[in-house]
Amino acid sequence: MRLFYIVQIYYNQYIIKTLSLIALILIFQIAKAQTIVSGKIKDGKGHPVPGVSITIKNSFDGATSDSSGNFRFSASDTGHQVIRFSSIGYRALEQPILLQGKSIQLYLNLKEEPNEMKAVTITAGSFSAGDSKRGAVLSSLDVATTAGSNADITAALKTLPGAQQVGEQEGLFVRGGTSQETKQFIDGSLVANPYYTSVPDISTRGRFSPFLFKGTVFSTGGYSALYGQALSSVVLLESIDLPEKSEVDASISPIVAGVGTQQLARDKKSSWGVSYNYVNVGLYFGLVKQTPDYFRLPQFHSGDANFRIKTKNGGMIKYYTTFNYNQLGLRRPDVDSAYLKNAFDLGNHNWYNNLSWREILNNGWKMNLSSSYSTNLDDIHQQLQGPDNKPRIYPASLFWMYNKNFVLKNREDLAQTKAVFEKKLGGLSALRFGGEYWYDNNHFIYQDTSRSLKDNMYAAFAETDIYLTNELAAKIGLRYEYSSLIKKPDLAPRISLAYKTGKDAQISAAYGIFYQKADNQQLFYTSNLGFTQATHYIINYQKMTKDQIFRVEAYYKKYKDLIKTIPINYYYFNYNNNGSADARGIEFFWRDKKTFKNFDYWISYSYLDTKRDYLNYPGTIVPNFASKNTVSLVMKRFITDWKTGFNLTYTYASGRPYYDFMINSSGKYYTADQGYTKDYNSLNFSMEYVPSIGKKNPKTFVVLFASMSNVLGYNAVYGYNYSFNGQEKQAIEPPAQRFYFIGCFLSWGVDRTQDAINNNL
Amino acid sequence: MKSILFSLLLFAGFACMAQSDRYTEAMKKNLALFGTAKTTADYQSLANSFERIGDAEKTQWLPYYYAGLSLCTAGWNDPKLDRDANSARINALCDKAEIIEKNSEICGLRNMSATQQMMVDPQTRWQTYGQQASAALASGLKMDPENPRLYYLQAEGIMNTPEAFGGGKAKAKPIFEKAIELFKKQQPKPLYPNWGQERAEEELAKCQ
Repeated sequence: MRLFYIVQIYYNQYIIKTLSLIALILIFQIAKAQTIVSGKIKDGKGHPVPGVSITIKNSFDGATSDSSGNFRFSASDTGHQVIRFSSIGYRALEQPILLQGKSIQLYLNLKEEPNEMKAVTITAGSFSAGDSKRGAVLSSLDVATTAGSNADITAALKTLPGAQQVGEQEGLFVRGGTSQETKQFIDGSLVANPYYTSVPDISTRGRFSPFLFKGTVFSTGGYSALYGQALSSVVLLESIDLPEKSEVDASISPIVAGVGTQQLARDKKSSWGVSYNYVNVGLYFGLVKQTPDYFRLPQFHSGDANFRIKTKNGGMIKYYTTFNYNQLGLRRPDVDSAYLKNAFDLGNHNWYNNLSWREILNNGWKMNLSSSYSTNLDDIHQQLQGPDNKPRIYPASLFWMYNKNFVLKNREDLAQTKAVFEKKLGGLSALRFGGEYWYDNNHFIYQDTSRSLKDNMYAAFAETDIYLTNELAAKIGLRYEYSSLIKKPDLAPRISLAYKTGKDAQISAAYGIFYQKADNQQLFYTSNLGFTQATHYIINYQKMTKDQIFRVEAYYKKYKDLIKTIPINYYYFNYNNNGSADARGIEFFWRDKKTFKNFDYWISYSYLDTKRDYLNYPGTIVPNFASKNTVSLVMKRFITDWKTGFNLTYTYASGRPYYDFMINSSGKYYTADQGYTKDYNSLNFSMEYVPSIGKKNPKTFVVLFASMSNVLGYNAVYGYNYSFNGQEKQAIEPPAQRFYFIGCFLSWGVDRTQDAINNNL
Repeated sequence: MKSILFSLLLFAGFACMAQSDRYTEAMKKNLALFGTAKTTADYQSLANSFERIGDAEKTQWLPYYYAGLSLCTAGWNDPKLDRDANSARINALCDKAEIIEKNSEICGLRNMSATQQMMVDPQTRWQTYGQQASAALASGLKMDPENPRLYYLQAEGIMNTPEAFGGGKAKAKPIFEKAIELFKKQQPKPLYPNWGQERAEEELAKCQ
């Protein structure tokens, strides 16, 4: 009532003013006629775009385009307004519109937004693996659960196309290349000694656990200008940023025991961790007989530590260090004598450090700094022993026997630093450039001869990603390198292209020139050796959906300036760059997680046709590490009711050639004997039991793991060693027919989910 | 002079009421469309419509909530939908809603969004999206321990988890019961979410 009274007074006193005000409102109401807005929306190629949200800004009025891109609505506002068109995957469009009751028709085009999920990626030559990468082919869990890998990254990568099944030597032999032609990089820095030191005719494991890394890229050719000094292949490992939670881990097995912890700060901005592992195969070798006679049991101590700090702008600073000491000694029958033995004794110290800083700068700039330092010391004693295991000494005239007694100490230090700057050029296009510096110091004592090698290597590189559309992309790069040791520069262009041929399908092509220095073992003798060189041509087709990947890749690789060994006399050599090789092949890969429920499998097939003339090869012949046909079938089945996973891997490789090269009277190598090994077959099995899975906030997380290699007991022969006179040959076989492993992995986690919730409230 | 000012205020208030009536009406009209929407295109169109209301109103979180809920419904119904893109949109809508008001209903929406992303590949995604889903649920329950929809979502999640992983019907049953009990007690404000009771009862029946 009181309100009415006040209004009444108001009306009385200011009636005229009020009337005019009311009139104004009325006029406004009349003018507020409905305007019909309709039209059609197309994309850049003239296809209709459905699902676009059309809005008159600051009003409720609008519509959504239908399946033919048409829309129609009536707008109740009038005057100058703004109409907005938005849809996922397209650049939103705003334009002025004058609404005055007359119907309006709009025909317009929306531009596709460059979208990392939709855009084509360059896949020629490279397999991405890891949860963080789209196009992930193998995750770190995949590595651990690939039967036969026993959580060794290299062993798992060998189930992918392009890699050879070489069992007597560590490393990845890719597409007709030797294992030295494949290099590993952690967070951008080269790893000088990624494997435990070689033992004759036995392949050693990699030093790094797959769980250190969130992403792995296995490039079998045509890789980026950011990487160099690898003729065939690079394995790019990207370490994890911050752990998900703090935890304490332990592992127990008859072979290995370890403890470690990861501590994540309360604010989830930093973490640190340490761990220690001890491997002793004494008990295992007691149970499972080994062919070699181990007089010093293999023992490995390894410790590591890390810290990781998230910077203010979302960058990361990471430091990782690991120290290893290992020793072993083994005796095998000597090939030149029926009763003598060869005793090999190894001690190895390795210390690896990696510090990296990734930062997001202003104006679309990014920076990646990394540096690493590693030192590796091998102490090898090789001795000829009699049946009593006592040393036997031969006179120098019998040099083939005399040379079987030696002491070798080899120390290699590698320090390097690398800077990469990246600038986004709009959309997904980017420019990257930077430089790196390697300092390599190798000191080597063989018997009483001491040699030293120092190299300063510089590299500068630039590359650009050009996205012409979401369908067509190119990566063009150039790399320059200079080695102070050989006093030679090189210039390596790299180009790759990708074109999307349909939803989920694309074609990529890559071309590049790759250079690599000769091995230090050769450079010790002469630094008058130029870079070795390989040119890659790759074409690839890939169709990938969420659960299935099909890819086929063909390549041609041409080598030149490979290192040749020139015999000066029976035991002294020189080297030159007169070697050459080529390799061509086709590879298939199919992975399917969809067809069978809870069953994941992949098949790789590689066909390789390669010939090579290098080192002591008398001519251009098929190298002894090359199989024509290689097949891998990897299967994984997790049975949730049992909380148990079963994994099987079957590998086949056709026989490899073996040779005995001898020197004839005119001082030239010739092939004294040759043949093909029988085909290689292996069936590996592993299983994991995870009782804590699915338990809510389990205090202890337990994984029981068991594996068995070569279940069917095929006798593998990797090749032959020949006696000095070529009369005797000794088969190179694995040290035991099968390998068994059983272990229990425990982790006690401090769940910080509650903290996270509290912080977000 | 004082009266002029007052009169203007009065008119402004009146205009505001008209505005909010318009809001209520638009919301009611759209909420009714929830019943008739069938295809993903219908739900996306409905979501766009709700988002328009939210963008125009600027002070109401409910339009964003219903826009997200509409997309969520599309996510449950359409197996071919790109769940990651859909959830990215839902999460963006949740962010917009939370600028206006943080509450347990939005947490429920976040829970569904993360659950849908997890279901794309549960084995490899449960560690990330599964965690996100349960964190959203936990923070929702902390804000409103009486929200029946959160218990319903929790029970649904447990029911769809294999027994070996700590799920199953037996474990879900008491939580469905708790949800229904709370559903019966709830007295939602006009336009506020009140969905879920019927569905919870159906699911409980499956647990018997």
